[in-house]
Amino acid sequence: MATITSSETNGVERAGKSFRLPLAVISYLQAVPLTLILGFFLLLPILMIAVVSFWDYDFAQMYPDFLTMNYEETLGSWVTWKTYLNTLKYAFLVWAITLFIGFWVAYFLAFHIRTTSMQMVLFLICTVPFLTSNIIRMISWIPVLGRNGLINSALTGSGVISQPIEWLLYSDFAVVLAMVHLYTLFMVTPIFNTLMRIDKSLVEAARDAGATSWQVLTNVIMPLAKPGMAIGTIFVVTLVMADFSTVQVMSGGQSASVALMMKNQMSLLQYPAAAANAVVLLVLVLMMVAGILRIVDIRKEL
Amino acid sequence: MSKAAEIDIVSVSKIYGATTAVHEISLKIPAGTYCCLLGPSGCGKTSTLRMIAGHETISIGDIRLGNAVVTDLAPAKRGTAMMFQSYALFPHLDLVDNVAFSLKMKGVDKDERRAKALDMLRLMQLEAYANRRPAQLSGGQQQRVALARALITDPEALLLDEPLSALDPFLKIRMRAELKKLQTSLGITFVHVTHSQEEAMALADIIVIMNDGRIEQAAHPRTVFERPATAFVAKFMGDHNVVSGRVTQSSDDGLMISVPAGGDFLATPTGTSALSETADIAIRTDRVRVGAPTEKGLGFTGLVSNVEYRGASVKLTVNGAGVEDFTVILSDKEFFANPVKVGDAIPLSWERADALVLGRLKH
Repeated sequence: MATITSSETNGVERAGKSFRLPLAVISYLQAVPLTLILGFFLLLPILMIAVVSFWDYDFAQMYPDFLTMNYEETLGSWVTWKTYLNTLKYAFLVWAITLFIGFWVAYFLAFHIRTTSMQMVLFLICTVPFLTSNIIRMISWIPVLGRNGLINSALTGSGVISQPIEWLLYSDFAVVLAMVHLYTLFMVTPIFNTLMRIDKSLVEAARDAGATSWQVLTNVIMPLAKPGMAIGTIFVVTLVMADFSTVQVMSGGQSASVALMMKNQMSLLQYPAAAANAVVLLVLVLMMVAGILRIVDIRKEL
Repeated sequence: MSKAAEIDIVSVSKIYGATTAVHEISLKIPAGTYCCLLGPSGCGKTSTLRMIAGHETISIGDIRLGNAVVTDLAPAKRGTAMMFQSYALFPHLDLVDNVAFSLKMKGVDKDERRAKALDMLRLMQLEAYANRRPAQLSGGQQQRVALARALITDPEALLLDEPLSALDPFLKIRMRAELKKLQTSLGITFVHVTHSQEEAMALADIIVIMNDGRIEQAAHPRTVFERPATAFVAKFMGDHNVVSGRVTQSSDDGLMISVPAGGDFLATPTGTSALSETADIAIRTDRVRVGAPTEKGLGFTGLVSNVEYRGASVKLTVNGAGVEDFTVILSDKEFFANPVKVGDAIPLSWERADALVLGRLKH
């Protein structure tokens, strides 16, 4: 017995010396793939934008430098401030409307549909529009809202109005409408997810304590849905802040957003100016997300 | 603290689509008693409790609480309070707000309801944790919060849905004693759903044993233990051997049954049991002795198939005379005076008074 044991342990030790790396090295190796992906596709581009934002440029070329001119021009211009305000206005309107619609859709799915299979079917129906591209869904509003579109021709045809309504298309209304259409699901999904996790006996306990349906909603369901609302808010706000195609198409070029401003700067080859703008936008959005996370604790949901 | 109410359940049924969960049960729970609804899972005990609470609609029948028919009333209007199996504490509220919840719903102003909730927490010895969230408490503490939340509504009856099932065995026994003490001091009616015989025996003034949506027996624990009404009760409580057979001879002082391909067994009729072709008899496991019977039908000889040592007692399992798994509980003194092994053939006997004829439910 003794000899067998000792020869076995020797064997293990030999194998350990030849094969095994130290535990710390193995842990680092396991983290390498994700580090590489995030490094190359997230950190490096952001770093490059940050570096370029300090460069000099003219109509044809960029010159490595360290100037704060791009930031001064960006932050010193009233156009920038107006554009930021306009973008924030869109973000606020779209957030408020998607939150309202998203909560009620999720509430209906989670509490009024009895069977889980029916819930899944209806949820999948919500996602069906997402099988087509953003651009197509956006552009398909044009024949509906246009001067001679469905709504206007129906209203003039039935004699409700004599002149077509002008503000339906190429207006802030159209931009907000299209964005709500595009982004509501990003609000529905996280809220639905949170609502599904609410223990149904909490609702019964509230009823047992004499709560009316409205009181159950405001005292139990809404507070418990906050993390889902926060995650949905982060999705919607960041998407709207970075949106340029919807604004361009639906406003017919009459309104601007920060991302659209950057796109225009890039088409004029003013990369450093666009980069400075991007850094400012990134800082603003990160501050908004940090603000949301300060108000609502979403750790349970992750 | 509050007046207790009698609960009267009058031919109540609960029907879910094609299945009947509760089948026309009638039950009267006197005011101020501790009643345990006992049965295997799926027997309808929880449905019954939820119908009393108002969380389940009553398909047919009526429930009266005190002097009011509460069949169609909302849960909070019935004067009952329910304690849920998982306690259902609000995770986003601290203990004070959890306990004060029903007062908030009634529109009591903040200072008053917080003061009342703190009093209730003090009663449950939880005031030190008043500002914690439920997730920061142990199972036993959560249960006390749930009790405090239920009792702050000053109910006439407290309904408890398997309140001890989430606790570890040691805590279970401690909380059991606390529940009984609480019920005695409050004097209100408690209805407690459980699947543990031991829990029901320890707590209840009335045990209601349910099976398959019907009440098999509703009686004081001692009656349930000594005179089980049906074969199901005798088997479920586990203190009796149930032997079924064809009736061969019947008189006022004795009923003889014959087990297919086995022996004859004599039993004392319990009065109400109607005569029929077959009958079930129950024999107390702890009254069986090793030794030859004094009278025909009060014993048999069988082979020991298992011996289980339990400290103060020894449990034997015996097969013979057409009876499978006949349980014998001997005191350790009796057993070790004359020990037996698996495979031994031993004679068993019992007194005439220890064999009862069981009734049958009319379905």
